[in-house]
Amino acid sequence: MPEYQNIFNSVQLRSPAYPGVPLPKGSLPRIGTPTFSYWLGKIGDAQVGPIYLGFAGTMSLIFGFVAILIIGFNMLASVDWSIIQFIKHFFWLALEPPAPQYGLSIPPLAEGGWWLMAGFFLTAAILLWWVRIYQRAEALGMSQHLAWAFAAAIFFYLSLGFIRPVLMGSWAEAVPFGIFPHLDWTAAFSIRYGNLYYNPFHMLSIAFLYGAALLFAMHGATVLAVSRFGGDREIDQITDRGTASERAAIFWRWTMGFNATMESIHRWGWWFAVLTVITAGIGILLTGTVVENWYLWAVKHGVAPSYPVDVIVPSPYEAGVAQ
Amino acid sequence: MKIGKHVSIPLVAVVASVLLLGCERPPPEVVQVGYRGLGMEQNYNPRLLQASVKENIPPESLPAAAPGGLMATDVYNNVQVLSDLTLAEFTRLMVAVTVWVSPKEGCNYCHVPGNWESDDIYTKIVSRRMFEMTQQTNADWKDHVADTGVTCYTCHRGEPVPKYVWTTDPGPGQPSGMTPTGQNYASSTVAYSSLPYDPYTPFLDQANEIRVIGTTALPAGNKASTKQAEWTYGLMMHMSDSLGVNCTFCHNTRSFMAWDQSTPQRTTAWYAIRHVREMNQDYIWPLNDELPDSRKGPYGDPFKVNCMTCHQGVYKPLYASQMLKDYPSLQGPTKAAAADAAEAPPVQPAPVEEAAPAPQKL
Repeated sequence: MPEYQNIFNSVQLRSPAYPGVPLPKGSLPRIGTPTFSYWLGKIGDAQVGPIYLGFAGTMSLIFGFVAILIIGFNMLASVDWSIIQFIKHFFWLALEPPAPQYGLSIPPLAEGGWWLMAGFFLTAAILLWWVRIYQRAEALGMSQHLAWAFAAAIFFYLSLGFIRPVLMGSWAEAVPFGIFPHLDWTAAFSIRYGNLYYNPFHMLSIAFLYGAALLFAMHGATVLAVSRFGGDREIDQITDRGTASERAAIFWRWTMGFNATMESIHRWGWWFAVLTVITAGIGILLTGTVVENWYLWAVKHGVAPSYPVDVIVPSPYEAGVAQ
Repeated sequence: MKIGKHVSIPLVAVVASVLLLGCERPPPEVVQVGYRGLGMEQNYNPRLLQASVKENIPPESLPAAAPGGLMATDVYNNVQVLSDLTLAEFTRLMVAVTVWVSPKEGCNYCHVPGNWESDDIYTKIVSRRMFEMTQQTNADWKDHVADTGVTCYTCHRGEPVPKYVWTTDPGPGQPSGMTPTGQNYASSTVAYSSLPYDPYTPFLDQANEIRVIGTTALPAGNKASTKQAEWTYGLMMHMSDSLGVNCTFCHNTRSFMAWDQSTPQRTTAWYAIRHVREMNQDYIWPLNDELPDSRKGPYGDPFKVNCMTCHQGVYKPLYASQMLKDYPSLQGPTKAAAADAAEAPPVQPAPVEEAAPAPQKL
């Protein structure tokens, strides 16, 4: 039965377009007329729209666009308003935070003021989007797992761009807005503070990140593997014998002695994802504030091993070289 | 669906070729240079290495000059630097330098035809200083150039202006409302990273502090910012690119700052940085008034030296060809000139500076 081994949806349900449950009183209207897309149906629901933006969503988009325009026009200005250069150098261009000498003061626009302003609008947009997620979940009578998971990610974002710079007393410690620049910043940050790989919270974050990916792969594969028995109806089979759910559970019990349930596997996934960004944020907040050099910290605490060295290279500074 | 099938094959081909665009044709070779399991290794592509070896074959040395005979100063006037050479050795060196520096232009690139002693052409004044630089390099900077040393050819490679020189980079043109950050622009100088694209001015001309990493586990007053680390990182990209090596040629990347984890090459590089600064400050800059505008950058600073000028992608320039041993006159200051050299200011002490390398506003 090869249709069960497809990697995309092989069945598309088509019913009359359904806008969703009625909205609570005081809500803004939904936007758009529902349409159907065959190709989107391959990877999800074929019905597209309507969308609900509401006040928070609308404001979030506006603030987000302002942030993107500030960043984009700064990038464009940095190549003298040349569209061709903008496209050519797009991945390299950035809006940089202020120089260290400004500390936490508000610098002139051209020397980091734009960065502060873009950061404000981007943060406002993200927080408003969080409000929107909270409200949409509430409107559907859902619990707030999505909002709190997103809040964890926002904590990480704020740790990098706001909380740690404030603790360090310098906006210059924050991340630039730009594709390659923020990656080079990450490498420079790790180098400056003596190798972030020795930061135990960085280690935890990586463990949770990779763990989350592994759990997602295990769960996704398990459910697809039992979908021929209706395994995609995960939760309503959870307590019954002989169902796809039970087969999936037994598979893992046979394989590794222990199995998550169709419900708890989602808690595993949620915690791994959330702890990825929470531990990452803690790791960032400790760097430079209470730990200066993570490698030396790791040596001090017996984390970093020592290796045989063929040649001891003396530091020219300590060797008393007169230059 | 039919359209999908027709389109999919070319689409896959296009996407694949775009994805592979930045890749190098395999196979790379890995050379282990440190303790096992630490990634202390260098990567080489045999095909590119072969091409590089071909490009780095020096010209044959000229036959040795017959000993004895007249001194150069007996025949020529205005011989200031090479004054203790015999006529034969002097002539041989002049022929060699013509091959190394101005093979197409010949003697007249520096000399006024029929008037050897004239200093009217600026290149003669420059080349005199360059002889001194080469001699001093070979005598006093053995920590960098070892006994292999350098000749004019190490940088010039048969061209009057070495292929790889630099001037302070003003960056892309920007409207007056913008303050240049000195970074975030695709540039070969830092191997196409977005790091500061002119790390030469602060570190290889001026003597700003390169070290940014704290040397204590807990904070103890190191104020270097992450931004400053990007400047240092930019310089390191240049060094890596110029020498055709990885970070691990000098550093154990688990701790860039730790000398006791580093390879001996890091010491050589440390001296090299001081050496390059000295060449730029003491030998190139003083010639700036002699140079025409075509030998200067947008800010009016002279064409200067960086790692690429000599190394040209090779960890030892010209794969350590022993050119210098055939030219004893370049191995150290000539006796007459050595007296003057004693009065020259001593090598600059390693500066201790707190200031961040500021964005270039020259």
